[in-house]
Amino acid sequence: MTARRQLTKITPYTALLPMFVTVLVGYIGAAVWTLGMSMTASRTFPSSRFIGLAQYERLFDNERWMLSLHNLALYGVLFVLACLVIGFLLAVFIDQNVTGEGVLRTVFLYPYAMSFVATGLVWQWLLQPGDGIDSAIRMLGWHDFTLGWIVDQDMAIYTVVIATVWQASGLVMALMLAGLRGVDPEIWKAARLDGIPAWRVYLQIVLPMLWPTVATVLLLLATAVVKLYDAVVAMTQGGPGTASEVPAKFIMDHLFLRSNVGLASAGAVVLLVPVLALLAPYAYARSRKEAA
Amino acid sequence: MNVNSIAQRLPAAAAGEQSLARSRSRRRITAARIGIYAFLFTAALFFLLPLYVMIVTSFKTMDEIRRSGIFALPLAATLEPWRQAWSTVCTGAACEGLRTGFANSVAIAVPSTILPILIGAINGYALSFWRPRYANLLFGVLMAGAFVPVQVMIYPLVRVLALAGVFGSLPAIVLVHLVFGMPMMTMLFRNYYCSVPHELFQAARVDGAGFWRIFVRIMLPMSLPIIVVAAIIQVTGVWNDYILGLVFAGRENLPMTVQLNNVINTTTGTRLYNVNMAATILTALVPLTLYFASGRWFVRGIAAGAVKG
Amino acid sequence: MANVNLRKLNIKLGGKNIIRDLDLQVEPGEFLVLLGPSGCGKSTLLHSIAGLVDADAGSIEIGGRDMTDADPSERGIGMVFQSYALYPTMSVQDNMSFGLKIAGTPKAEIKRRVTDAAAMLQLDALLDRKPSQLSGGQRQRVAIGRALVRQAQVFLFDEPLSNLDAKLRAELRRELKLLHQNLGSTMIYVTHDQVEAMTLASRIVVMQGGQVQQIGTPLEVYERPANRFVAGFLGAPAMAFVDGELDGEGRFTAGELALTPGPCCCAADARGRAAVLGVRPEHVAIRADGAMRGTVSLVEPMGNHQVVWIRCGAHTLASLVHDDAAHAPGQAVRFGVDANRVSLFDPQSGNRL
Repeated sequence: MTARRQLTKITPYTALLPMFVTVLVGYIGAAVWTLGMSMTASRTFPSSRFIGLAQYERLFDNERWMLSLHNLALYGVLFVLACLVIGFLLAVFIDQNVTGEGVLRTVFLYPYAMSFVATGLVWQWLLQPGDGIDSAIRMLGWHDFTLGWIVDQDMAIYTVVIATVWQASGLVMALMLAGLRGVDPEIWKAARLDGIPAWRVYLQIVLPMLWPTVATVLLLLATAVVKLYDAVVAMTQGGPGTASEVPAKFIMDHLFLRSNVGLASAGAVVLLVPVLALLAPYAYARSRKEAA
Repeated sequence: MNVNSIAQRLPAAAAGEQSLARSRSRRRITAARIGIYAFLFTAALFFLLPLYVMIVTSFKTMDEIRRSGIFALPLAATLEPWRQAWSTVCTGAACEGLRTGFANSVAIAVPSTILPILIGAINGYALSFWRPRYANLLFGVLMAGAFVPVQVMIYPLVRVLALAGVFGSLPAIVLVHLVFGMPMMTMLFRNYYCSVPHELFQAARVDGAGFWRIFVRIMLPMSLPIIVVAAIIQVTGVWNDYILGLVFAGRENLPMTVQLNNVINTTTGTRLYNVNMAATILTALVPLTLYFASGRWFVRGIAAGAVKG
Repeated sequence: MANVNLRKLNIKLGGKNIIRDLDLQVEPGEFLVLLGPSGCGKSTLLHSIAGLVDADAGSIEIGGRDMTDADPSERGIGMVFQSYALYPTMSVQDNMSFGLKIAGTPKAEIKRRVTDAAAMLQLDALLDRKPSQLSGGQRQRVAIGRALVRQAQVFLFDEPLSNLDAKLRAELRRELKLLHQNLGSTMIYVTHDQVEAMTLASRIVVMQGGQVQQIGTPLEVYERPANRFVAGFLGAPAMAFVDGELDGEGRFTAGELALTPGPCCCAADARGRAAVLGVRPEHVAIRADGAMRGTVSLVEPMGNHQVVWIRCGAHTLASLVHDDAAHAPGQAVRFGVDANRVSLFDPQSGNRL
């Protein structure tokens, strides 16, 4: 083989070296290390004392962790459902040849350009009892109105739902709209000939056709749920007390504030489980598609 | 057909056309249309509410806020909250306002956009044209990594960077942004290059161009649209990032988002809502401006990013 | 001027054996056409000669030197692609000089070659334009020009006319033939269009399933196809095939069809066996004194000729009719077949008898 040919063969590999290193060290390596640490007695610094699954036992005995899991599940269901429904409805309504479509799309999507922190802070202020919406409505005349969710132990997590749904629905709308626009326009003509009402066409014909788009949206939303951190820190700091604690915050707090690396690592590994559970069918479906 | 019969038919035809137009315009103002516009209008109000409150509050004095509630327009607009937010609020140890945070965010965002785009472009190019063995597998793992929560990887990265002696510095945060931005950037460019005809690449091979020459002389010049999209996505993501900046940037380089949270959630005493809102707008200003200016590119970026494979 | 020599070439793609034990010799200065349906391996073969696809076994010689492992740019080839593959951000001039710049050719020499090629292809006025500002035909000429300036020993064409509309295709086809006449270089041309193959080739290589079916001049391949596949692939409307028998005297019968094939149509020992008769529409003539009878089933008027489909018992034959005679479905006709121009094939292997 000529030298030139050899160089040509090797260069792509060397060019991909950064990617290789990143995947090996930054992703796989880091995940494996965390997995390892979750089975040691690390506190402030990593220790090599292997204690098996003890950290996991402690984790699931930890009231704060169990509460965070419970919150995440509740939040997750509400968030995904609300985003899907609102996003889909917005997309469908905008698709009706309305005037000012460009303006409307801009209005619905701009929250996505804001950071979670900014969103959390604004909604914190809006939902603050005594200030915000609470006092504004009282000033309008309804003196008995209170909106104290954000300081209520049971309702705090719902405020996070409101804020993040506000932020993410626009994205769902944008994706659904793109999907809707990709539907064959002839379908509409055929449906009209058959005399099917519009809402039926959307629900029973178009929505099933949008399944790949919906699957993508579900995947994006679900991973956003698992990663929920910034908004909680900004809005409620996990409070009142620990009422709106979420796993990501639990892990971060125990890594850096409460100096319990072992426990936090166990939490991180547990958090990984739903992600892998979501990715597996997705990856499987994609590999089937590529083999076909 | 004689002329008379045509003349006789004309009024009937005209009347028919009219009735068609009438039924069309009648359809426009049905209850369904009204319902659609009502829904969209209400939704728009819901979406615009926080922005309105933010802007309006930031121009009022605290007195006015207490008196007239959050929805009222400012009677005596003032720029004082803005001045305070920019130059005098306390962001942790120092009380210099958000301007240091702004400078930090810029200093982080620029290299954290250029580097990932460059690497992402090279990766995408190598993956779609040269297809080295096992590279696709590597790419698959990279993509999977994008979905994994950052908490899984954050502590090991802290240790590695501390070991390398760069923890808590600008290079550290840029490196971390590179690691976490690589999946998205690589995917964007890979998908883009997959739509470039393979024959273009083959013609360059026949012309004798090698790996780097084809990339620099042919592919990169063609990549302007996707570079714009990638830049928008990356700048927005880096600017809005909180957790990575909090952990890796070090006290002198804290980005605006971290400082903002410090300002609002750790002050003691009375909360100055007007200053807080001004601070929030200042922090959101860059990505929001980018969004409003780039319009279609932003949406294109989302569509490109979300259509995986 | 050089020749290309392929020996026992084997190419696998994605685990599948695309080219199997292929031997091919290309003479200097000839216009060789690789003809076949999609998936027959002709493009893969061309790309392996170019060096864009690696051979798994066998050798490739270009100009007498072994090029099996050489880089595409080292093989002394020029290539023209189906979608032109012009560099979109470069002008026509830069497109044509890119390869030469990489090879380190002196500037004066580059300028000379580009000017000569541009003159030959009428591109002089277009040198500063970008590909997006050119028409399809102009783009293809630039693609040819890019290959020309390399002053290659062998020119490779990968279905270069497929992306053009019919009229442009015919025009450029003639220009390519003129180019070959003027340059005299060796050209290897891939196409699935038999008209292109017939008009351009000095020799045609008919391929199917990675294997060479027949190599010959256009006339040879058309008049004496080596097997049923080649016979059916060339010619439009296609050759009609009739299953029947050759008796002891060499007379072919199939129901109501009967004729004695001429001496040059099949081997002399082809007697007393089953056979498939192949007859082209232009050799079926509707004549009042024709030996066979049939009924018209369909008439296709083509402007300067008609295609009349005749049913004869269980068989249907097409006939090319060049006069204005009116034929209608259901009409009873008598027709004759030129027995000196038919082909006979083995029913199992499809090979020529």
